[in-house]
Amino acid sequence: MKRFALPGFGLSTGFTVLYLGLLVLIPLSTVVVNTLNLSWPAFWAIASAPRAVASYRLTFGASLLAALINGVAGFLVAWVLVRYRFPGRRFVDALIDLPFALPTAVAGITLATLLGPRGWIGAPLAQAGIAAAFSPFGIVVALTFVGLPFVVRTVQPVLEDLAPELEEAAATLGATAGQTFRRVLLPHVLPAAITGLALAFARSIGEYGSVIFVAGNMPMRTEITPLLIVTKLEQFDYAGANALALVMLVVSFALLLAINGLQRWSAR
Amino acid sequence: MIRMLLTFFLFTLQAQQPKSVQLLNVSYDPTRELYQEINAAFARQWKAKTGQTVVIRQSHGGSSKQARAVLDGLQADVVTLALASDIDALAAAGLVARDWQRRFPHNSAPYTSTIVFLVRKGNPKKIRTWDDVVRPGVSVITANPKTSGGARWTYLAAYGYALEKSRGNAAQARAFVARLYRNVPVLDSGARGATTTFAERGIGDVLLAWENEAHLALRELGAGRFEIVVPPSSILAEPPVAVVDKVVARRGTATVARAYVEFLYSAEGQAIAAKHAYRPRSGGLWSAAAPAAALHAAAPAAAGASRAAAGAAAVQSGPAPLRLFTVAQLGGWAAVQKAHFADGAAFDRIFEVWQ
Repeated sequence: MKRFALPGFGLSTGFTVLYLGLLVLIPLSTVVVNTLNLSWPAFWAIASAPRAVASYRLTFGASLLAALINGVAGFLVAWVLVRYRFPGRRFVDALIDLPFALPTAVAGITLATLLGPRGWIGAPLAQAGIAAAFSPFGIVVALTFVGLPFVVRTVQPVLEDLAPELEEAAATLGATAGQTFRRVLLPHVLPAAITGLALAFARSIGEYGSVIFVAGNMPMRTEITPLLIVTKLEQFDYAGANALALVMLVVSFALLLAINGLQRWSAR
Repeated sequence: MIRMLLTFFLFTLQAQQPKSVQLLNVSYDPTRELYQEINAAFARQWKAKTGQTVVIRQSHGGSSKQARAVLDGLQADVVTLALASDIDALAAAGLVARDWQRRFPHNSAPYTSTIVFLVRKGNPKKIRTWDDVVRPGVSVITANPKTSGGARWTYLAAYGYALEKSRGNAAQARAFVARLYRNVPVLDSGARGATTTFAERGIGDVLLAWENEAHLALRELGAGRFEIVVPPSSILAEPPVAVVDKVVARRGTATVARAYVEFLYSAEGQAIAAKHAYRPRSGGLWSAAAPAAALHAAAPAAAGASRAAAGAAAVQSGPAPLRLFTVAQLGGWAAVQKAHFADGAAFDRIFEVWQ
């Protein structure tokens, strides 16, 4: 085996494997082991039931949409925070992390009240014939809320490292604002932005606490997969809950792997 | 030194043990207020009878969720749940004796309840009967019958009504229930959540609620905002109780746990149940307007009388007096469970035709 110049490879790697094993692999492998109790046709019947499929579509669709919104909006917020000095900047900066700290149930209840047919935002929308809360729209809003810090916090340090002189040099060489953004800024920031997007996406897929309050939870329409899992548990259907958990696990892992690949490709 | 302290602790622990005992009552969502009062009354009575102090802790949540918590190891001495099937699940796991339902009178259900309508002040949509609830354009709030005991009784109340109306045509009755759920915009996981959606968020024209929960909403959230409508017919809901044999055997609390359940059947326990708008088993304690009046009388004396009058007035009866049918008339719990609430059964099929 090749020896590394840096000492401590055996110890640190051993620790990493142990740590990941205890915290991630062992708990998640119980999902796989428990699902093995099901026969393949039984598993497939649960995993491909129309209600389950509708919930995957909603969960992954709304999560992707929320992550994309955050990708654009978070980039902008990070840009403003890094490039401009204005009074209250530190305050805004601290505000970004709030969705991390707030119990998600609080976020959900607040959003449901705000977006409900009698809420500040929900009432005018209801007048216009748009159901804000208890619809997929409300789910996307909740997921955008919980995912916001990820993109901002991953893009921000990269932008800070990027000297403003680079952009100024591009300008003096005759590049338009659009060219500077596309050719100078974006290549540097894109890998970080994709990482942030992936994190926000992953967080949204697993989100439960905030969504159930604004979703409406109607089967086939506004029922997310995590809720379907909880519902199955409450009917003592442990096998069914495990089957759905396994589907989420596999699909999430595949998607995250793909996004990581995309990130590596964009970093080249 | 440490050893001395330890012996001291052990000594005091031993000395205290016969004097104080703890019970955990794991219950469903809307019984919080009922059991607060029951617990205080029972502790008083037990102290007077035996000299022992009993501290009863309570835990509340959706009935099935609570049963699962006990199944997963929550050390409940007594369970007081919304559905017999939830205690059956405990019996299947060996925590409760299989014959639990014969251990106490009235199928181990010391009080009953039913499903009534809570509507907005003045009943703007004129909701009087189950037929009004399924009318197009009426927005109905109820919880998910797969997770909420109360919502399961609600489903069966609507189904039973439709079955009666169609003279036993099950297909027509299922279509009636499907029309009901078509009118539901939000499906909460528990009865309390549904009440919040209706009362606090202002969603829906009618809340299909436990009778006691409707009275509580009237009292807590103001009689001026809502009215109770008692439909001409509804279901006789029998929320059952049981002593968790495995837990009480381990903890040595069998005697006091049993006495606690028996207390629910005593005159005092039955009176407390009636006060909280549960229907007691012993006759004479219940009348349609009585629980509202009793609850309001229990509220702070200031303005109590006028609010009591308003509360009583807010309880309206449907065109005919309330007639109650039972689950047994619908085929019994096991059959009902299989036909309506199992995966892929009638309730699931309502939603699978959507989209």
